[in-house]
Amino acid sequence: MSSPDHDRPLSERVVTDLTRPISELRSEAGPYFGDFGGRFLPEALVPALDELTEVYEKAIIDPEFTAELQHLAAEYTGRPSLLSEAPRFSQLAGGARILLKREDLNHTGSHKINNVLGQALLTKRMGKTRVIAETGAGQHGVATATAAALFGLDCTIYMGGEDTERQALNVARMRLLGAEVIAVEQGSRTLKDAINEAFRDWVANVETTHYLLGTVAGPHPFPAMVRDFHRIIGEEARAQTLERVGRLPDAVVACVGGGSNAMGIFHAFLDDTDPLVRLIGCEAGGDGVTTGRHSATITGGTAGVLHGARSFVMQDEDGQTVPSHSVSAGLDYPSVGPEHAWLADIGRAEYRAIDDGPAMEAFALLSMTEGIMPAIESAHALAGALVLGRELGEDAVILVSLSGRGDKDVDTASRWFGLVGDEPARADLTALRAAARATTDQAEESR
Amino acid sequence: MTTAESHRLRADEVLDRARAENRAALIAYLPVGFPDLERSIEAARILIDHGADMIELGLPYSDPVMDGAVIQQAAASALEAGTRTRHVLQAVEALSGRGAAILVMSYWNPILAYGPDAFARDLAAAGGAGVITPDLIPDEGADWIAASERHGVDRVFLVAPSSPRDRLEHVVSHTRGFVYAASTMGVTGTRASVSAATEGLVERTRAAGAKNVCVGLGVSNGEQAAQVGAYSDGVIVGSAFVRALLENQDDDAAARTALAAVADDLRAGVERARA
Repeated sequence: MSSPDHDRPLSERVVTDLTRPISELRSEAGPYFGDFGGRFLPEALVPALDELTEVYEKAIIDPEFTAELQHLAAEYTGRPSLLSEAPRFSQLAGGARILLKREDLNHTGSHKINNVLGQALLTKRMGKTRVIAETGAGQHGVATATAAALFGLDCTIYMGGEDTERQALNVARMRLLGAEVIAVEQGSRTLKDAINEAFRDWVANVETTHYLLGTVAGPHPFPAMVRDFHRIIGEEARAQTLERVGRLPDAVVACVGGGSNAMGIFHAFLDDTDPLVRLIGCEAGGDGVTTGRHSATITGGTAGVLHGARSFVMQDEDGQTVPSHSVSAGLDYPSVGPEHAWLADIGRAEYRAIDDGPAMEAFALLSMTEGIMPAIESAHALAGALVLGRELGEDAVILVSLSGRGDKDVDTASRWFGLVGDEPARADLTALRAAARATTDQAEESR
Repeated sequence: MTTAESHRLRADEVLDRARAENRAALIAYLPVGFPDLERSIEAARILIDHGADMIELGLPYSDPVMDGAVIQQAAASALEAGTRTRHVLQAVEALSGRGAAILVMSYWNPILAYGPDAFARDLAAAGGAGVITPDLIPDEGADWIAASERHGVDRVFLVAPSSPRDRLEHVVSHTRGFVYAASTMGVTGTRASVSAATEGLVERTRAAGAKNVCVGLGVSNGEQAAQVGAYSDGVIVGSAFVRALLENQDDDAAARTALAAVADDLRAGVERARA
């Protein structure tokens, strides 16, 4: 079932396997995406996954369900989200026109709410009274705690011990929303260990509890279902770009940890291949892929099974998971959604590693050129857009998924730039401010 | 055929042997490499000497979603100490030919990384009987079913209290050796009591066509073993042994004594179950 090529990192693989008509790319429903996906988990959970699949498949063709979801999107989330020009930031990207899909403006501050509301409605349909979820940066945990409050569900959030420390504000937010937050101290104390604990809870409490998984990973039906709840990002952005620019963008850029905001925005463009809309996922390069301290699973991982799906995994030669690393808690995950693995495999999407340094620079630069403070996760996509803009030139239109806002990251960024604490600054904010100022002048002149 | 392979015991041979003695088999789990490779092999030898019919050697894995705190802690410690997949095969070889069937319990990814066919081949050559795969369902197991068939090793899939009839039939039809019936919806670990519903699960699994059904999760003492042994073909115990090792990490003699005592109690339990 696997090509031997999967045992090598992407950079060393030959990607030629376009085995199916490209027009079918949007219709993938799982459980398999090429060689990836599936349901690799204990038999005890199979009935729950079967039930979830059945309830979900009925719901998405039920007008009552879709109407309820649309109502929530409009009246609670605040959709459609804006498409913002970023003229000053664009100057830093070689003049390419950068459009920002503003998922940061959603209620709770990120794209995560789209999926959470959908699954919360399904939880009610299944007659379950409790939700559990994993969270890395805290965005999905906050969104889940919010939906639990809205729908009157009990809620337990599992979060790696290291993440509770670097995202203390979001821990407080979840508790204030009425959720129980459990710091997971096993393993590497990050997102993957939080997912392990959530699965253990789920097996023991599956009769009353829905595992509200927060990304396009995990066993079927999660990858397809979570993607479907996020498809609205790309559907809106595609129409907004056509209306604004009069044509499709040259490229769509999004950050990829598990990959939910990226799948959400990519999906509407999957079949736009003539002319080609390039789809570019920015993985977290951490200290650099060559150092081994990164989370760039597609770029630097190999095919394997983790958390219920076959995908790319950061693992050693014995198949033991290697701890991932990123300045961004939300991208700090050693696997990736199976649909991304497949899109990389067939060459429909490209994946690049963005190291901590460039991501933090982009975080500061968007803040200082546009007055929009992005989540550090989204800053990886912005850093990718800066590079891509210079590659494509000033006629290019680049759509960037601004998946979340950066309030939660102020502490991390302040330390990075030496604004608080005793540690030396990792980067010089003064130089970035000068670059931002220079760009401002240039932008003024060109108007 | 290697020497180890020529005198290896398959799971159904020891289950038949126990059946002939009108008792359930005692199946003991230990993670390889805890506290270190040699001492984990020694611990398994003690369990065989004190009545274990079958040994399940755990292959320590970084992300054990089916395990509770005790086994997680031992597995993490074994990995930190440098335990590798090849050490598990070494342990199988060291323990085969002592009158017990030797199985490996492993999450799927380490076997996938080793290569399913190579793992089945090397396991058989080392004298191993088969593999228990807690996170592999038969639906995803085509490669493993082919490999285990080719090299003649048992493949043990799991059923759970949540399993409906069609899943039981599906699992049973793909299992060789015995079906592992999880007594509870949950992870490994000792529990105060074994659910009364477990007997029903064993009956349902037999009705779905299983010859051998062994019960695991939560059994830790002779009293529970006597209860479960009355209606099952084998009683699987893990955390109680691992806890004996964890509690005596600084004293090898005490660890040996504790292991032997737990095993003796359990063996007495399965022997009186149907008396």
